[in-house]
Amino acid sequence: MQYTITVNGTPRSVDVDGETPLLWVLRDTLDLKGTKFGCGAAQCGACTVHIDGHPARACQTPIATVGKAAITTIEAIGQSKIGQHVQAAWIALDVPQCGYCQAGQIMSATALLERTPAPTDHDINEAMSGNLCRCATYTRIRAAIKQAAETVRT
Amino acid sequence: MLARRNFLKVSLLAGGGLLLSASIPATAKAASLGKAGPDAVALNAYVRIAPDGKVTITAKNPEIGQGVKMMLPMLIAEELDADWASVQIEQADLDARYPGQVAGGSTATPLNWLPLRQVGAAGRQMLIGAAAAEWSVSAAECETAPGEVLHKPSGRRLSYGALASKAAAQPVPNLATIKLKDPKAFRIIGQPIRNLEVPRIVTGQPMFGIDVSVPGMLYAVFQKCDVHGGKLVSSNVAEIRKLPGVKAAFEVKGGNDLRGLLDGVAVVAENWWQANRARQQLDIIWNEGDIGGQSSGDFAATAVRMSKGKPESILRSDGDAKAAFGKAAHVVEAAYSYPFLSHINLEPQNCTAHYANGKLEIWAPTQNPAPGAKLVASTLGIPETAITVHMTRVGGGFGRRLSNDYMVEAAWIAKVAGAPVKLLWTREDDMRHDFYRPAGFHFFKGGVDAKGQLIALSDHFVTFSENGAIAASADMGPAEFPARMVENLEFGVSMIPLRTPTGPLRAPRSNGLGFAFQSFLDELAHASGRDPVQFALDILGAPRLLPDPPGPRQGPGFHTGRMRGVIELAAEKAGWGKKTLPKGTGMGLAYYFSHLGYFAEVVQASVSAGGAITVEKIWVAGDIGSQIINPLNAENQAQGAALDGIGTALGQGLTVENGRIVQGNFDSVLPLRMRQAPPVEVHFRVTEFPPTGLGEPALPPALPALANAIFAATGRRIRSLPLKDHDLSTTA
Ligand code: FES
Ligand code: FES
Repeated sequence: MQYTITVNGTPRSVDVDGETPLLWVLRDTLDLKGTKFGCGAAQCGACTVHIDGHPARACQTPIATVGKAAITTIEAIGQSKIGQHVQAAWIALDVPQCGYCQAGQIMSATALLERTPAPTDHDINEAMSGNLCRCATYTRIRAAIKQAAETVRT
Repeated sequence: MLARRNFLKVSLLAGGGLLLSASIPATAKAASLGKAGPDAVALNAYVRIAPDGKVTITAKNPEIGQGVKMMLPMLIAEELDADWASVQIEQADLDARYPGQVAGGSTATPLNWLPLRQVGAAGRQMLIGAAAAEWSVSAAECETAPGEVLHKPSGRRLSYGALASKAAAQPVPNLATIKLKDPKAFRIIGQPIRNLEVPRIVTGQPMFGIDVSVPGMLYAVFQKCDVHGGKLVSSNVAEIRKLPGVKAAFEVKGGNDLRGLLDGVAVVAENWWQANRARQQLDIIWNEGDIGGQSSGDFAATAVRMSKGKPESILRSDGDAKAAFGKAAHVVEAAYSYPFLSHINLEPQNCTAHYANGKLEIWAPTQNPAPGAKLVASTLGIPETAITVHMTRVGGGFGRRLSNDYMVEAAWIAKVAGAPVKLLWTREDDMRHDFYRPAGFHFFKGGVDAKGQLIALSDHFVTFSENGAIAASADMGPAEFPARMVENLEFGVSMIPLRTPTGPLRAPRSNGLGFAFQSFLDELAHASGRDPVQFALDILGAPRLLPDPPGPRQGPGFHTGRMRGVIELAAEKAGWGKKTLPKGTGMGLAYYFSHLGYFAEVVQASVSAGGAITVEKIWVAGDIGSQIINPLNAENQAQGAALDGIGTALGQGLTVENGRIVQGNFDSVLPLRMRQAPPVEVHFRVTEFPPTGLGEPALPPALPALANAIFAATGRRIRSLPLKDHDLSTTA
């Protein structure tokens, strides 16, 4: 079936089965490889995108349910001010190890800071615990979120 | 909300991409990572210099998150005296010019510390030679500053870019005798150097195996028997071919080697989701073979039964343990065990392969490409010279990708399908078809004399065999700590036959042995009323080097002084014995030597009345020699390894049931999450020994340090993992 979805501000038409998860439409059909597959079961957060500004698991979002919602992926998160600051903090603190989880981490962190400009440790725990980092870079992810919050404000 | 929409729109109109790169200073450099320009001149297999002075350095080893893609080029750049700001790094393919293209055993530092610096120094000498010839002066009068050669007497200078083509014509120096820098003059080594790939990572650029895209590529899944080594009898594959999007579906007859191509059914489709959905309609009849006794419950019962008899073999026997137990003031007997573990790399196993005109091109997230190419060649019956292996960035190694089963599967499927194919496993495939960290059972007895000294220790280690031989990574060496430091000691081993394949997981052997031994030693300390730190220092005794016994695991020996040093450092930083902790909170110490690194860790943890464990803080002290090559990455690695150990101890363990792994996803195997992750303080003790690796040795002490902290907090001794299986509540 034909679907037109808005990805990173651009309407994209795809011809896929309506049950196809957004994750595979992004990765295989639209060749946006930044959004990652880790579990396919809403357990790891590697596939986190924003749907109308809210973090969502693309592996659990059938394309037929997307409708007119605005999809933002890691490839375009730097177009928002907060996304830019989050990316810059990740670079400054050298957060990643293998890096595989980090797109999802950045999407969740950006969503957090958009609603909670000065997150506490508890806020960070709540917003980020759906995103696994197998390399356990949590110490730096936490520090980078705080640094980004700081730089956005100043 | 409105304001934000407007902002997005404006930034899009303004050309979001440009805005992005303008806002992140490092992006520009990262975007230029990759092939050097055609005008760059090769000084050797690792270094190319362009006329504009850009230096491209080849990173020869697989990058799995350990930071080697930065670290190895740093060694070269240092001795080349390159200007780091003009260095770009390029990943090598599997290539006979480069030795040891493997990510395993924390070996990259010790194996490359001298050779790659020599490579850089040789390049520098050639650049100096070219400048000296240009100026008609003696090379001895020339020196270098980052990126240029100077002739101080005349004040002349030439950039590396200007010298490159002439330097390439200079004689190649003898690497073995080339003079290296005095470490005091290092400009790059020892600096906190940022990973040049992070700008690409945080913008979602394709770089992992799973991101590979080849024109005309199809997507594949491969269904194997969940009982390892099961044989395919029949399937409804003809039905599968009719399903939407399916381009090919076929049975594969594999061999008996669990590390090679196995029986299964491949489904190839236009996109991965279609392939995987079609696969769910598969109906396969398997011959599972004999699965009797192949369950976790059976293993545990067998281990207990074996522990009551004599060990099948004696690994080590010093003094007379039996007699010494008779004389000891405190004797403790305890049984410890740890479960099978999966590697759970966050990037599931995958590989892309394209077979055409007798040539095979492979893109693989592998830790170990050379044996992979050999396996593919022998399985497909093609010469190794017909195979090209491109190494992609790897979304987590942990030892899983030392095996190349997914590589041979992708190659086979691509050849049969007659198209480029990306094979991608599901998380369940990944957890159920791993080379598992073997479970283990330890039946300990320890004796402490009236003065509180450990005088006797015995361990009956019940482990696993595969086809009659010790299973991979299921062995223990005769030098396992505290051997050589206890007068009366006996290690015996018995083996349970196992069909489940095993293999190395980050800090192989040590990740299980460390938990068992370090927990039991803590138990002995407490049983004899000793402080665990003092007890440990007494076992270690005076600083000295204890040589390793001969055998396959013989290394440079164990230095008691280096271990003492890290124990004292960890205790000091943690405030060991100097703090009054609230009830229900405790500190635990553990220390372990592995992969040539000495690590001691203190964990502070609390346990609530409801039994909830909070890990509050970890102090890590390490001795990996005279030089921390990149302190920025070293801290990250040590923090990650310690937290990996904590996550493993808290929430991970696999159950074997009739030859199958029960668990399949992160709802039952629980990696550490943000809310569980405590701050980790890392301290290095710099010593005069050669630098060694850091991918693994910070992991083993974390698990027992946590278990020992829980004992200190609650008085409950943890003798098996994972902790999620223990009820620590004190409320009825
Ligand atoms: S892949 Fe979607 S949550 Fe893991
Ligand atoms: S950096 Fe490897 S999974 Fe997070």
